[in-house]
Amino acid sequence: MHESYLPRDDDHPPFLYADYRSTVKRSPEMSPVAIVQTLSEVTGPGPAVSELTTEDADLTTNAGTGGEAIGERIIVTGRVIDENEEPVPDTIIEVWQANSAGRYIHQRDDHPAPLDPNFIGVGITKTGPDGEYRFTSIRPGAYPWKNHPNAWRPPHIHFSLMGPALATRLITQMYFPGDPLHALDPIFNSVPAPARERLVAEYDHDVTIENWALGYRWDIVLRGKSATPFEEVAP
Amino acid sequence: MTARGQTPSQTVGPFFHDGLVREGENVLSRPDAEGRIRIEGVVLDGDRNPIEDALIEIWQANGHGRYRHPSDVRDVPLVDGFTGFGRTPTDPATGGYWFETVKPGPVPDAEGEMQAPHISVIVSARGMLKHSFTRIYFADDDAIASDPVLATVPEARRSTLLATPAAGGSVRTYRFDIRFGGSDETVFFDV
Ligand SMILES: [Fe+3]
Repeated sequence: MHESYLPRDDDHPPFLYADYRSTVKRSPEMSPVAIVQTLSEVTGPGPAVSELTTEDADLTTNAGTGGEAIGERIIVTGRVIDENEEPVPDTIIEVWQANSAGRYIHQRDDHPAPLDPNFIGVGITKTGPDGEYRFTSIRPGAYPWKNHPNAWRPPHIHFSLMGPALATRLITQMYFPGDPLHALDPIFNSVPAPARERLVAEYDHDVTIENWALGYRWDIVLRGKSATPFEEVAP
Repeated sequence: MTARGQTPSQTVGPFFHDGLVREGENVLSRPDAEGRIRIEGVVLDGDRNPIEDALIEIWQANGHGRYRHPSDVRDVPLVDGFTGFGRTPTDPATGGYWFETVKPGPVPDAEGEMQAPHISVIVSARGMLKHSFTRIYFADDDAIASDPVLATVPEARRSTLLATPAAGGSVRTYRFDIRFGGSDETVFFDV
């Protein structure tokens, strides 16, 4: 027997959340079939991919133009841990985001906001020995989408994490504190209310660098292992 | 209760291409690799329209049945340059995807019983608030008859997990479509 991972808990959004219209035709209809985790699920691409990945964690300069991205410079840092508070070291984090005007460079983004030639909106970093990560960027703008009349996505940064196993794969979004658009956003509100705050970074003045960048702290919690190791009981 | 609640999943959205897609990540095997295969298919929504902005990721053992991962400590060889990970966006017009890889060898389940060769699949897309897991098995492999995971799937639905031999070029080709909704919905797993 090998260790297994705790289930994806009920604090994740449902597959079907009608206020986010695109979920209606893109959700599984039948209940997923429970699997007893095998080697296929407790292994995963994380470690191999981490080994091959070069970090590229400064989105303000990584367009390779020699110029700097326009916007409010930010530092986003935190720890990747599991739900048992064990650090998740050496795992890759891929991020992508809109520019400070709310525009993605992807060709299907037709929002009439300016592109920034010095910003590609993509970064990649790896967690350190204690699960810590850090990247530099600019605060993304809000952008409109067509889900409902006058719909705007609150500023957010997309995060993709492999974690140690297939079971720990996580794709999510980080939001900024105190944003009035949160209450109006069906993607944010698809998460059960008590868990929504876990998607919101904290402003951290200790992370803020004088005369340079505002600091935000955001921890990411992956699924943890369920196996309780036997402890030596003193006679 | 655990100490910390999991960070909730959110949709990958429509603009993941620049962040997650790198050239060639749908080719896992070298051209001279033994047991090379091609898997191709489409991803379809509840109206059977193509999902033209999905992200498909695969994870598999090598041809000997070994995962490149610290938790696979069995005495089975690794293959140089083979990670077992692949990733591709679906085609923006057709919802199609393809991978070139090798057929994985068998790996055991939690009880040590051998599973039939299979590839794990993660499907993400705009409109999916969390990803779905499925598995690709091979319809022409006799081992599927005794696979312990397939045995837990209602018999009428098992065929949705079988990649079927298809016409192809020089590489052995299989077809594997992924369908959301409807009576022939692909089996997804609660991993
Ligand atoms: Fe976005």
